[in-house]
Amino acid sequence: MPIEFEAPKPIVQTQFVLKTVAVEMMRAHSRYFDEHEHESPWDYIEFMHTAMKATGVGSLAPKEKPSPPSPLPEGEGGGDEKKEKRPPIAYQALAAQIEMLAWGDVGMYLVTPGGGLGAAAVQAAGTPEQKAKFLARFGGEKPTLAAMGMTEAGAGSDTASIRMRAVLDENTREWILNGEKIFVTAGDKALTEYEQLGRGFIVVWASIDPAAGRAGMRAFVVEAGTPGVRVTKLEHKMGIRASDTAAISLVDARVPYDNILGSPTVEKTTTGFKGAMATFDATRPLVAASGLGVARAALEFLKEKLAENGVQIRYGLPRQKLTSIERDVIEMDIMLRSAWLMVIKAVWMADNKKPNALESSMSKVKAGDVGTKITQKVVEILGPLGYSREFLAEKWFRDAKITDIYEGTGQINRLVVARQILGYSGKELR
Amino acid sequence: MYSFEPTEEQQMLVEAVGKYAGNDLRTAARDAEEGGELSKKLISKGWEIGLLQASIPEAYGGFGERSAVTGVLAVEEMAFGDLAGTLAVMTPSLFATPVLLAGSEEQKQTLLPKVIEGDWSPYTAALIEYAFDFDPLSLKTTATLKGEEYVLNGEKAFVPFANDAEAILVYANLDGQTQGFIVEKGAAGLTIGDEREKLMSLNALPLYRLKLDNVKIPAANRLGGASGHDFEPILAALRLATAATAVGVANAAFEYSLNYAKEREAFGVKIAQKQAIAFMLAEMRTEIEASRLLTWEAAWKLDTGKEDAFTDAYLAATGAADMAIMVTDRAVQILGGHGYIREHPVEMWMRNGRGFATFTGLAIV
Repeated sequence: MPIEFEAPKPIVQTQFVLKTVAVEMMRAHSRYFDEHEHESPWDYIEFMHTAMKATGVGSLAPKEKPSPPSPLPEGEGGGDEKKEKRPPIAYQALAAQIEMLAWGDVGMYLVTPGGGLGAAAVQAAGTPEQKAKFLARFGGEKPTLAAMGMTEAGAGSDTASIRMRAVLDENTREWILNGEKIFVTAGDKALTEYEQLGRGFIVVWASIDPAAGRAGMRAFVVEAGTPGVRVTKLEHKMGIRASDTAAISLVDARVPYDNILGSPTVEKTTTGFKGAMATFDATRPLVAASGLGVARAALEFLKEKLAENGVQIRYGLPRQKLTSIERDVIEMDIMLRSAWLMVIKAVWMADNKKPNALESSMSKVKAGDVGTKITQKVVEILGPLGYSREFLAEKWFRDAKITDIYEGTGQINRLVVARQILGYSGKELR
Repeated sequence: MYSFEPTEEQQMLVEAVGKYAGNDLRTAARDAEEGGELSKKLISKGWEIGLLQASIPEAYGGFGERSAVTGVLAVEEMAFGDLAGTLAVMTPSLFATPVLLAGSEEQKQTLLPKVIEGDWSPYTAALIEYAFDFDPLSLKTTATLKGEEYVLNGEKAFVPFANDAEAILVYANLDGQTQGFIVEKGAAGLTIGDEREKLMSLNALPLYRLKLDNVKIPAANRLGGASGHDFEPILAALRLATAATAVGVANAAFEYSLNYAKEREAFGVKIAQKQAIAFMLAEMRTEIEASRLLTWEAAWKLDTGKEDAFTDAYLAATGAADMAIMVTDRAVQILGGHGYIREHPVEMWMRNGRGFATFTGLAIV
């Protein structure tokens, strides 16, 4: 297909529907949940669950079709897909949905039922049996959440330094997990048994062989209700307060043998670790999309306020004739649109099974920059209106910053991009 | 649907352009810049690839259809070789593409075959004016209708190959609208500067000032005929060319500095192994991608007649100008002292890089 930028019809339709959700169910309650941290937006959660069950819209766990990018060309191992078919757009649709929900409220988006990063990890690294077992619940009676636990107090970006241990009990054929995870997004709703929620799980990264370093890293599905697993703390944050961020302790937590994602034996290779990184190739542009949703909210709000006050943006004039505000707004338009196109390209590659490690990380670098810069600038230009909690601009400023931090900080993603363009290993470019 | 894959035809074209850009333009660039001249042979070779010819329908002597997307792909690739050379090869487009976009049927039939049949010949256009706040939508050069004629008055700057141009498409302000007027060689009242423009870069490209002192043009020489034309589509195509050439030059500087950083050693390692350098390169690559995609989208919008195409072309050009100076500056920085020496091309690209805020009018897709 030639170069084209027409948003596919199903995506446009979904965005149309989700915009109403974003306005009615999210924006209208943004301020309340910002000021009542650790309360849960149950109405939104239940609404989304019902809507997603009915339509499939907004489901954050990609359906069976799209899998993370594989270097295999189309057709090899692809089965009997000879027939003329529409190009796959599942990841593109997901990115567009996330952008719109984040435009509504990124904190609330983060507690959207459907599995989030936990389900994405199972989707990316699980066997067909594991997918069947762990992903079916998201279509169940009650809304259900899953989460991913990677970060520890002593290991953030340096994921290979995690201390969480998993030891196999040969007698019971169970894995015994010990350690503590922090900054687990939606960790509380994934693990704590709320009557409103179905039984969730958290994907916990642990080492099965610390001497092997990265090669020994594996992910385990730890289900809610597992003895020894406890939410020990809910963080108080600068923004995204509608979303719980949990610390989780695992003390002799026993997990069935089959809950390991990937091979249970340690080879000399770093396949296990690379599995985790492949997950990030799929999820980074989605996180980038969420940051851009916040940025768009802020920029649109600024434009509304300027228009109300009779300030026009005269597109097309040379810079020398523009006011400072016009220059800023035009620059923000450029940043936002080009960042969005980078997200779309990265997920388009994922949909088409093209390796996208470079594009995925570039989109995250860009969105991290753009999200923070736009929201900061909007607050600046709006002056007292921007800084006041009467409007949401200041909240978006606080919310947007996380985009440049989670799912790989801007710096870690620069490192990934640099290694890709230089052809360097982690050893060659530390 | 979204898709980021050029067609096979486009890929073949880009490949042909790439060969020329790498083997011919790039190797000639430094001498051309220092000597102030591009050889006729070099320009002809680029002309023979047929970018312009392929954008003009058979009815007017060409062999294809215009596509802004194809245009931005091709000129990005050519500018990757050398900017001055690209602008020289593409100069006849400055005349022909607006005629194709906005000319009357009669103008298309009489003018287009003359430009595109045979060898490269100097047809050109004059848009830029010598003012800090030059604005293509509010020109100081004026056109006034007097009886059956238009009378042009004013000054134009940066006009490629004006000295021996067969005809020049001169843009002037007619009752507040920017309109094109075809001025033939030797028109009375038209003075072409004795000396070439002296700029910070583009020394290889012969650029001239024009003076129009009561230049009388038959009414039929107004672009589009008696009722004139819309200028916006032409301006958008000019801006897209600015954006695409900016991406090409930036990409050249990025690639050169990346290769240098992988060779150059300091403190016992390649400098690319230092995060200070590696992060600069990562950001350069990211911003190039951002500008390229914005340019592609605007070109696609122009091709498909989307209503915000003109605004998007403006955004693409504005963004690319910022990107190009950032990237080329960093390329010089990565080479350090060597970047500042004229043995390496990065200093030339940085001088090019600053120009994209000013170059709209020098190329069109």
